[in-house]
Amino acid sequence: KAIMPFGNTHNNFKLNYKVEEEFPDLSKHNNHMAKVLTKDIYAKLRDKQTPSGYTLDDVIQTGVDNPGHPFIMTVGCVAGDEESYEIFKELLDPIISDRHGGYKPTDKHKTDLNFENLKGGDDLDPNYVLSSRVRTGRSIKGYTLPPHNSRGERRAIEKLAVEALTSLDGEFKGKYYPLKSMTDAEQEQLISDHFLFDKPVSPLLTCAGMARDWPDGRGIWADEEDHLRVISMQKGGNMREVFRRFCVGLQKIEEIFKKHNHGFMWNEHLGYILTCPSNLGTGLRGGVHVKLPKLSTHPKFEEILTRLRLQKRGTGGVDTASVGGVFDISNADRLGSSEVEQVQLVVDGVKLMVEMEKKLEKGEAIDGMIPAQ
Amino acid sequence: MANSFTRMMTGRNTAVMMAMGAGTLASAFLLNDNTAAAERRRFYPPSADYPDLRKHNNCMASAMTPTIYAHLRDKATPNNWTVDQCIQTGVDNPGHPFIKTVGMVAGDEESYEVFAELFDPVIKDRHNGYDPRTMKHPTDLDSSKVTSGMFDERYVLSSRVRTGRSIRGLSLPPACTRSERREVERVVVTALSGLKGELAGRYYSLGEMTEREQQQLIDEHFLFDKPVSPLLTAAGMARDWPDARGIWHNNQKNFLIWINEEDHTRVISMEKGGNMKRVFERFCQGLKKVEHLIQERGWEFMWNERLGYILTCPSNLGTGLRAGVHIRLPLLSKDPRFKKILENLRLQKRGTGGVDTAATGDTFDISNLDRLGKSEVELVQLVIDGVNYLIECEKRLERGQDIKIPSPIAQFKSFPKQRDEL
Repeated sequence: KAIMPFGNTHNNFKLNYKVEEEFPDLSKHNNHMAKVLTKDIYAKLRDKQTPSGYTLDDVIQTGVDNPGHPFIMTVGCVAGDEESYEIFKELLDPIISDRHGGYKPTDKHKTDLNFENLKGGDDLDPNYVLSSRVRTGRSIKGYTLPPHNSRGERRAIEKLAVEALTSLDGEFKGKYYPLKSMTDAEQEQLISDHFLFDKPVSPLLTCAGMARDWPDGRGIWADEEDHLRVISMQKGGNMREVFRRFCVGLQKIEEIFKKHNHGFMWNEHLGYILTCPSNLGTGLRGGVHVKLPKLSTHPKFEEILTRLRLQKRGTGGVDTASVGGVFDISNADRLGSSEVEQVQLVVDGVKLMVEMEKKLEKGEAIDGMIPAQ
Repeated sequence: MANSFTRMMTGRNTAVMMAMGAGTLASAFLLNDNTAAAERRRFYPPSADYPDLRKHNNCMASAMTPTIYAHLRDKATPNNWTVDQCIQTGVDNPGHPFIKTVGMVAGDEESYEVFAELFDPVIKDRHNGYDPRTMKHPTDLDSSKVTSGMFDERYVLSSRVRTGRSIRGLSLPPACTRSERREVERVVVTALSGLKGELAGRYYSLGEMTEREQQQLIDEHFLFDKPVSPLLTAAGMARDWPDARGIWHNNQKNFLIWINEEDHTRVISMEKGGNMKRVFERFCQGLKKVEHLIQERGWEFMWNERLGYILTCPSNLGTGLRAGVHIRLPLLSKDPRFKKILENLRLQKRGTGGVDTAATGDTFDISNLDRLGKSEVELVQLVIDGVNYLIECEKRLERGQDIKIPSPIAQFKSFPKQRDEL
């Protein structure tokens, strides 16, 4: 493993200062990292580093710089490589437990990408469900993650990813658009297809170093917050088809990476390893854009979502508000349940909510339909 | 001047000394103390890491070459700061087609030595041909030498002089750890509490100030914000905000110090009206007193003969001094010769919100362009003479008389003019 050039390269120099002198001031902070980090943990971990040179201060910098969000409890730390989750266990395990509903260090995560195990999902009412989408992330074993990698490494990841993707054929045949050489016409097209991602501006990401050297080594299909973000989507309510394509495509891509001796980062305990601890496990967010103007103003809307293990966002993605009663509804969990289980929750939950919406349209009550918990 | 390493040995705890390692500070060492680094060099030669600068327009991008990068990539300062860290801000911010930004920062005093192969041409480019390899920078804070420093207040609304100072032995804002930053705050605030008379004042820590204090400082235009400019955030200067950041000002509110914003300290002397001489007197007096107070405790400012005062951004080397006025020039500003007049006087105009703002109405911020190669006294005199000239022009235009573009001021008066570099 190579030592990366960026990050707190003078960690050893810092050890000449006492723990109290270096410990961050977290008194105004409200994120998972701030809740878990103590002077003791800091003292135990501050002199450690992963084989590529990632240190504790690197892990927590984003959480120190971003005290919190008024509505969202952010994670406040990132991994710089696969080994971060091992070397800084003492900090990350409690954070993972907090974030993922009590998931224990001894728990095992199951992976299930067999789309045939999904029941139904091809019949969500297109009068309400405008589009369906499943995304996840994958990290390529043997490389450091976006907060830490150098330009040379990021380009190597891009090269490998592009080789893998361009060897796909059939329904998966496609094209790679590197961000830095995209033409204006291509950019317009990708924006109107809702494919294009922007340089991160959220300080949650920039403080973790993920926007460095933008747009070098970035393209559609590769390298934003994670090495790869894989997205399957289409208009309408056929989530089953979206999920099928997602599973099949992912498995094909993984085969190709394995042939190049670079499989995906995965282990029994944490599932798929991604940059942000909130995306561990399946890393999967499966969701729909759905019209729920009446249900969304019902006093029990939030409660219904919680019981269905779903979350709502505006149609611009995380951090946006809903427009015209249209919401992005997706699974809340990532770790501790499989891909099939999580998508099933979305399918069943959205179906139920559409039924509720129809009832409310007719002026009928929905109390009997609210699930017990 | 005595070797900076030996100076550090007075009055400070030995733990910091040991971290600096054996040998002189000016030497670099390779990141070769373990096999992982050697392995990395084998996997990724410098060419694999070379930044793509084809769409870039900043001083760093103009000076950088694959050869320079290959020489410097595996070096580090004694604090383990690398060239990649120096240039990150310039890689992340390609620049503006009309404004040429610097595109790199120093992480510590030694950066300017260890990475001289890159810093020197950048400095030369930014500071109009000043060659750090052959030239010396003059420092002169004797305010008594300045003449005609009282402006016509029908035109000049306010006068201001600012500079920065760094505390030797502590890393600069892009690189500093939380404890180093807190140390800067401690050293400076302790020194400032020793100021008396018209310089006596008070410190406001950014993290601990009350709502009322904050509003007061905003109304007085003293408060600085968390940097949002990507030029600064990409260089890591906003880390751990607002930890160890604060503002100190004297009771008269005409001498102000910013702690741990873009530099260890920014020192500002200002007042309403046109008495630039008094502003500069207070500036020099205050600076000397603060320097004396930190020296009593074994600290000193970063300074050397080649580069003058060492600050984070190469554009502020030398004097780090920006002396300027807010001035009304309704007629002159509309004259097509205005730009050329400013250019020849080696002055620049900004909006009254500071750098990157546009002028509102006819009021401008006029200040010196140069920082390095001329002393503080020379630069302030240049501003005084230049502003007086502008006022003369305005008055002539008021009377319906014609104005003249002045001949250009010589560069580096103290040294033989290097024709081929102008």
